[in-house]
Amino acid sequence: MESLSIEGTNKTPSVKLDPETGVIEIKGRSIPENSIEFYRPIVEWLDEYAKNPNKRTTVNVQLEYFNTSSSKCILDIFKKLESLKKARNEVMINWYYEEDDEDMLESGEDYESIIRVPFKMIEIVD
Amino acid sequence: MDFNIDDFYSQMNSGDTILAYKGSVSSELITNVLEVMDAKLEDLIVKKSIKKKLYNILVESLQNLYHHIDDLPDASNGKFDIHFGIFVVAQKEDHYKVSTGNFIKNEKVKSLKQRLDRIKSLSKDELKELYKNILNHQEFTQKGGVGLGLIDMAKRTEGNMEYKFTKYNEEYSFFNLEIYV
Repeated sequence: MESLSIEGTNKTPSVKLDPETGVIEIKGRSIPENSIEFYRPIVEWLDEYAKNPNKRTTVNVQLEYFNTSSSKCILDIFKKLESLKKARNEVMINWYYEEDDEDMLESGEDYESIIRVPFKMIEIVD
Repeated sequence: MDFNIDDFYSQMNSGDTILAYKGSVSSELITNVLEVMDAKLEDLIVKKSIKKKLYNILVESLQNLYHHIDDLPDASNGKFDIHFGIFVVAQKEDHYKVSTGNFIKNEKVKSLKQRLDRIKSLSKDELKELYKNILNHQEFTQKGGVGLGLIDMAKRTEGNMEYKFTKYNEEYSFFNLEIYV
């Protein structure tokens, strides 16, 4: 299976999906008007990955901003990971937030309460 | 009282304006406004958490505007640009005000009013629960939204928003939303 790498823009995050290491990285800003198109290849990649996943999958989400349209797509990604976990694979989501960014921490906690995957909240200190 | 867009705009535009726009609201415009504001906020605001909160409100209010404008029929096009909207960011003492204005069909006014009143009446925890519930159960609309914009903004500002509907004609009203950060 191929890895997937998408460069970040002002409105969309950089994405790195590596089937060899099982590391998934989403970083930057996610504020497109319509996020479905942007996230579709990621969701499709995850469907493929789930057929033969790494024993351990680590997800690093480090977003500076994301809009409500993206919030739904991010949840859809987390739901894929939840299925992966249900299929007895090890899954961990690392949710990064900047120091004092309580809204971002709260968003992470919102996801944590919906999705049955272990989360780790990681504060980034300047 | 007749609705006059220029009076309305200058009224919105009073105080310490950081940015004001009146015209067609497109995806490109949103990108440009966000870029300009990103740089401006960097200069204006020292506290990063306030800057982030305000930027989030800018993103959400602009995209809400973009998704929910009702275009007036062709006959009015000489007067208003297509997908016409108003957007103002102002500083008032120690807080910031983000205002948007757009036409909306009269038939939608009642339900939007009810929605806004309900959102404004909810506590922080209730907003959080409502947000999570919609996030988890709502599917995307045709417009590519999830109906979370207003709730998200209320959640970030603890419901600090005001609205006004002004009747334009038999079919349309002008909807003005102000959010305080």
